[in-house]
Amino acid sequence: MANSAIDVPPRGGFSFDLCRRNEMLTKKGVNPPSFRKTGTTIVGLIFQDGVILGADTRATEGPIVCDKNCEKIHYMAPNIYCCGAGTAADTEAVTDMVSSQLQLHRYHTGRESRVVTALTLLKKHLFNYQGYVQAALVLGGVDCTGPHLHTIYPHGSTDTLPFATMGSGSLAAMAIFESKYKEGLTRDEGIQLVVEAICSGIFNDLGSGSNVDVCVITKGHKEYLRNHLLPNPRTFVSSKGYSFAKKTEVLLTKITPLKEKVEVIEGGDAMEE
Amino acid sequence: MESNQAKHGLVGPNDPIQRTQYPYVTGTSVVALKYKDGILMAADMGGSYGSTLRYKGVERMKPIGKHSLLGASGEISDFQEILRYLDELILYDNMWDDGNSLGPKELHSYLTRVMYNRRNKFDPLWNSLVLGGVKNGQKYLGMVSMIGVNFEDDHVATGFGNHLARPILRDEWHENLSYEDGVKLLEKCMRVLLYRDRSAVNKLQIAKITEEGVTISQPYSLKTFWGFSAFENPTVGAEGSW
Amino acid sequence: MTKQHANWSPYDNNGGSCVAIAGADYCVIAADTRMSTGYSILTRDYSKICKLADKCVMASSGFQADVKALQKLLAARHLIYQHQHNKQMSCPAMAQLLSNTLYYKRFFPYYSFNVVGGLDNEGKGCVYTYDAVGSYERVGYSSQGSGSTLIMPFLDNQLKSPSPLLLPAQDAVTPLSEAEAVDLVKTCFASATERDIYTGDKLEIVVLNKDGICREYMELRKD
Repeated sequence: MANSAIDVPPRGGFSFDLCRRNEMLTKKGVNPPSFRKTGTTIVGLIFQDGVILGADTRATEGPIVCDKNCEKIHYMAPNIYCCGAGTAADTEAVTDMVSSQLQLHRYHTGRESRVVTALTLLKKHLFNYQGYVQAALVLGGVDCTGPHLHTIYPHGSTDTLPFATMGSGSLAAMAIFESKYKEGLTRDEGIQLVVEAICSGIFNDLGSGSNVDVCVITKGHKEYLRNHLLPNPRTFVSSKGYSFAKKTEVLLTKITPLKEKVEVIEGGDAMEE
Repeated sequence: MESNQAKHGLVGPNDPIQRTQYPYVTGTSVVALKYKDGILMAADMGGSYGSTLRYKGVERMKPIGKHSLLGASGEISDFQEILRYLDELILYDNMWDDGNSLGPKELHSYLTRVMYNRRNKFDPLWNSLVLGGVKNGQKYLGMVSMIGVNFEDDHVATGFGNHLARPILRDEWHENLSYEDGVKLLEKCMRVLLYRDRSAVNKLQIAKITEEGVTISQPYSLKTFWGFSAFENPTVGAEGSW
Repeated sequence: MTKQHANWSPYDNNGGSCVAIAGADYCVIAADTRMSTGYSILTRDYSKICKLADKCVMASSGFQADVKALQKLLAARHLIYQHQHNKQMSCPAMAQLLSNTLYYKRFFPYYSFNVVGGLDNEGKGCVYTYDAVGSYERVGYSSQGSGSTLIMPFLDNQLKSPSPLLLPAQDAVTPLSEAEAVDLVKTCFASATERDIYTGDKLEIVVLNKDGICREYMELRKD
């Protein structure tokens, strides 16, 4: 009677016990280690023959920049790319995972991946984890049904848009899109607008910075323009340079060999069976 | 007796003093910039009660004295209280009858002290204030926050405007903006705010202050565009998903 | 209505870094001019450096409203001092006054992180470094603010001063020339701007020496 509960077959779904434990620990003052966040500006837009994605290249850990030139436009399939904002580990893991599923699906079907497939796989995963997988994504690609641009929020909701921004610089970038975007942009106009939006994030949002990455996807062709623009060179380098004195002293140069290894003599009682 | 008072919602002698812990009716962003001849300022006329649009004709920009213009976002009643303080200040200043009058710089300084002193009493005035003005050919544009943070700049914006309008202003503002270009730039900012700030409404005023004095426009609406083909039927872009 | 803003805070952090270096007959005080809140920039051109007396300059970061109140209070106190003594306050005196002023608000502190730089009564460079509640010390160089964790180790490496415990006490001033010190400050800020998100936009450098006071600016990264 009393242990009947134990015999109930396990129910489906995920266990969020650890999340609850972590919240309890945080409340008691035990903080988890900080993660590398890409306090980010990522954007995407649809132009006349495809999709353009853009991203800045700063990764932060609290107030400190931990990577000045990281890559935030992730590969999903030859015709699909995905920008990630949020916890770096989550965005990378989730895009890698889905990209591998897409690859397997391509082996199986022998056809080009579709953007909806990537979208569905991503949102399913993120929804299952109830927002604990902190990935905010801008997914873009061109498939047999044309160009597509989507945003995916950490809780798994998605949106289909002609232009999209995400990350801490999303408002700064959206200000540019809302005032300048129109339908049927040419390739050059599109790149120019994406660069402007990313720069707006870089210069107005402290979580975003350094350089501009752009990825242009058209039917059967893609162009990844890594560090398309480098608007933030170092402003001062001392003409003399600096020397850093080597102060650690070597106390001994003589190397004392370690003692010979003592052989264990076999014998004694045999081990118990 | 005391408990009786408490029942009536009054503060009894032994009850703790209540202070503004959160705002009731609020106004959203104010955007302002310097232009060739003075200052231009824009604000919409919505008064939100939480997320309800409660009032639709709130004037959030007022002339102060002869040389200044004050715009406010945040709690509307606190703003009106500030206007009362300023009225008194201007009146007493005027009573000296010495030919001097308070300029925008002095008023801004006064406002910073008022806001900071209230935060020191843990009884803040729930506003972000923008003060613009022209006196003796000198243009002045400054901001004060709820807790007393203050600064001057060539263009300022409160609340959401700091996130959505200032990126545009930093890109496009320059020293020699004409009146027409200044208004265009402000309208561009207000349009973006209208699209992206849920508490913004499409009824706004633009105020101008120059050496000649203040003019505040009649309320009007901006032209908007919602006709992107992707907006027509969004699900068509993700057919096969949900 | 829901309590949307139930967690009101009387403090904010407006970011920024300050550095001061003392030499034999000069003192360099520098700070960036960015003022921010959260992840957004309020203004790119706000001076954090305040002249307290003829030979005394303070650079402060932290909560701007508190910093401003502190500056106004010190200016008023200095004016009274001038009326009473008919002279400018010396830098060591001003340093002590600042400490007292900060401690006066021990239980509702000024959230400001200060360095004071100037020339002492012998014309030698002096730097005082503080915490928010008035603990202070005379040193040869110091850094405060959001980038101080990046700048301080570099200064320690380049300017390592003698231990304050040594007897007889040794001079804490740095052996660098004035131009070298200015160069060092520029490097500090260029580097801090690379890695600290709250530091940037422009660098303001104030140099005090026997000829008086002079200001200099250098551009920093704006991202």
